[in-house]
Amino acid sequence: MKRIVPEDVQAYLDTFLNKSVYIHLETTTGSYSAHKDEKSMTVVAFIRNAKVKYQHAKITGNGPYRIGLKLDEGWIYAEGLTDWVYNDHNQLLTAGHNSEGQLAISFQISEKPFHN
Amino acid sequence: MREHVLVILPHPDDEAFGVAGLIAQKRKAGIPVTYACGTLGEMGRNMGNPLFANRETLPEIRKKELMDACAAMDIQDLRMLGLRDKTLEFEDDEQLADLFETIIDEVKPTLIVTFYPGHGVHPDHDACGAGVIRALRRKPIEKRPITYCMAITKNRFEVIGEPDVQINITDVADIKLNALKAHRSQTEGMLKAMEEKFLNKDPEVMHWFENEVYYTYKWND
Repeated sequence: MKRIVPEDVQAYLDTFLNKSVYIHLETTTGSYSAHKDEKSMTVVAFIRNAKVKYQHAKITGNGPYRIGLKLDEGWIYAEGLTDWVYNDHNQLLTAGHNSEGQLAISFQISEKPFHN
Repeated sequence: MREHVLVILPHPDDEAFGVAGLIAQKRKAGIPVTYACGTLGEMGRNMGNPLFANRETLPEIRKKELMDACAAMDIQDLRMLGLRDKTLEFEDDEQLADLFETIIDEVKPTLIVTFYPGHGVHPDHDACGAGVIRALRRKPIEKRPITYCMAITKNRFEVIGEPDVQINITDVADIKLNALKAHRSQTEGMLKAMEEKFLNKDPEVMHWFENEVYYTYKWND
């Protein structure tokens, strides 16, 4: 992955407009957060291969970045994104890594389901 | 009875941290070891530093690391069970037990190593250990192999007491270090700091390479 250049990510976000796409959205503190520090809650959310269609998409912020998708009947957004890649499977992968390089959030879009 | 060790754990690297010494000693003695690894650690957060993995490439990277770690420990029978990281607790309990039972019945182990249910900290650890115990409970008590459980909760001593098995692994500490190193995407950062201390025999890290401890599971049915 490489550091996000918003214009480049925006161009790829636009290629999926009004198509049926699969979303991967995940955010995590790691399963051991509460074990390592009792004051720290363990929080994880994970959705893989939710099928949606979006009419509008935008990347905003000055880094880390935010991406929002406006659906026909709702929204999806992610905050804290730092890195991205458009891979050989025509999937747009974005992620946010913390200061130790660990994944904190992952937000991905693909026309075909992500491999399970 | 011919000895055979079966290790059932959910994540690549669980075996390196907790069982590599025991495995290495058994292999050196010519005893077969089967390792059933539930997932590929697909949901891990460590992506290499500098970054070399992403969410979609991580499973393949970790699969290779798992095979390298097994080579380091001389495990010749690795079963990758195809479950997804962080989902074991949501699987159907009986089906998960079925999966483990099939392997247990095929391998006919004399010793099983897994996590102590309720004392694994990670939900996958607990679900894995509970699944193994559930599978074993289906057999008459006298037919159940010895089962060593790893417990890592902070309150384990109050709740289940002291571990009754302690194995000195200093003779295979180098193998354990190599197994840990093989899980590069997960251990690289930690090991950079650790290896120097290991070479200097710093007591802070030496405990990883001196002993492995387990609780023999006590059946209460």
